[in-house]
Amino acid sequence: MIPLIAILCRDLVHAFNRGGALLPIIFFLLVATLYPFAVGPDPVLLGRTGGGLLWVAALLASLLPLDRLVLEDADAGVFDQYAVRGMADETIAATKILAHWLSFAPPLMMAAVPAAALLRLDGDMLVRIEIGLAIGTPGLAALAFATASLTAGLRGAGAVAGLLMLPLAIPLLIFAAGSLAPGGTGALKLLAATSLLLAAGAPFAAAAALRAMRE
Amino acid sequence: MRGTARLALDKIACVRGDRLLFEGLSFTLEAGGAALVVGPNGSGKSSLLRLVAGLLRPAAGSIARNGELAWLGEQPALDVNHTLSRALAYWADIDRADKATIPKHLDNMGIGHLGEVPVRMLSTGQRRRAGLARVMLSGAAIWLLDEPANGLDAGAIGLLERAVARHLDAGGIVMAATHQPLEIADVLTLDLGA
Repeated sequence: MIPLIAILCRDLVHAFNRGGALLPIIFFLLVATLYPFAVGPDPVLLGRTGGGLLWVAALLASLLPLDRLVLEDADAGVFDQYAVRGMADETIAATKILAHWLSFAPPLMMAAVPAAALLRLDGDMLVRIEIGLAIGTPGLAALAFATASLTAGLRGAGAVAGLLMLPLAIPLLIFAAGSLAPGGTGALKLLAATSLLLAAGAPFAAAAALRAMRE
Repeated sequence: MRGTARLALDKIACVRGDRLLFEGLSFTLEAGGAALVVGPNGSGKSSLLRLVAGLLRPAAGSIARNGELAWLGEQPALDVNHTLSRALAYWADIDRADKATIPKHLDNMGIGHLGEVPVRMLSTGQRRRAGLARVMLSGAAIWLLDEPANGLDAGAIGLLERAVARHLDAGGIVMAATHQPLEIADVLTLDLGA
């Protein structure tokens, strides 16, 4: 267990040191700032579309650190070192997914508060967005890591990973946006199910990709 | 070290792509045993080491080992933005090794003065020495060294040979792939080019 905590801490330190956590937040807030300028300050329109917009921004923000999630450690031979120590690739992947989630989801949820204010969303809507983010971001983090593992080593990996990940993230987006509507608890349950499926499956997909990279 | 270190390869074959690199390779290293893998470029020296490390699967045959592994690959796997001591401390955490011994291992490789220098500032040879210090720090019984002398000057090669000799005296096993001569007593030489 102690080695896994060491891996988790190292990944978190890396993410925060390199502004990996800050960049998605700035991006997220920028979208929320620019949107009222583009569509006008009409509170009804903003209220109806703002929640969905924040989810699109969150999805795109989770793509930003994709290119260095796996590639750096793979190039530096860190994954080889874990494998030689007999650590299962699945365990490593799950630990790194958790670290990635911790590095972007809590800051994103904090940034959602000022973002909601910028879009003049009311308190109810903000609560629904925060619940959706808490439930949906583990799925996003898992999907991001699995995609980064699959594409590590390809030329233009960042762009390919984005192209590969976005279609897979669409169910999350649909259910997340659905959960914002009044009486959206059904969509919230589907969001939770999708997120759980991704979080449970991604370590195995990522581990298979890491093994294939070694061969 | 727990138990007696042992490494046994039985009729190992290695295929990379569509090419058979070697087959029918068998040997056993008991505690204190060392093997040098030599051969021309592309003869499968690194592949053999990766097989033993478990990073590749053999096309045929089996590998039995008793003892933890320490692996020195092409890359030292040290965080370039951290100081050398901190980068090594990470692997000490992973291996549950004693972090207080880091300065000793750095001294053993002649880089005791570089502990507080960021890894990215180190030269190729210094990184190689740091990678070797990480192998020694791990406390693993079986050392697998892929071209350990790459980038090392004559002095550092001497330090490496002495560290290997100490490890073998302590009942460890060393297996190294190299195209440079390394002085190791009673070494088993595996020539993949022959």
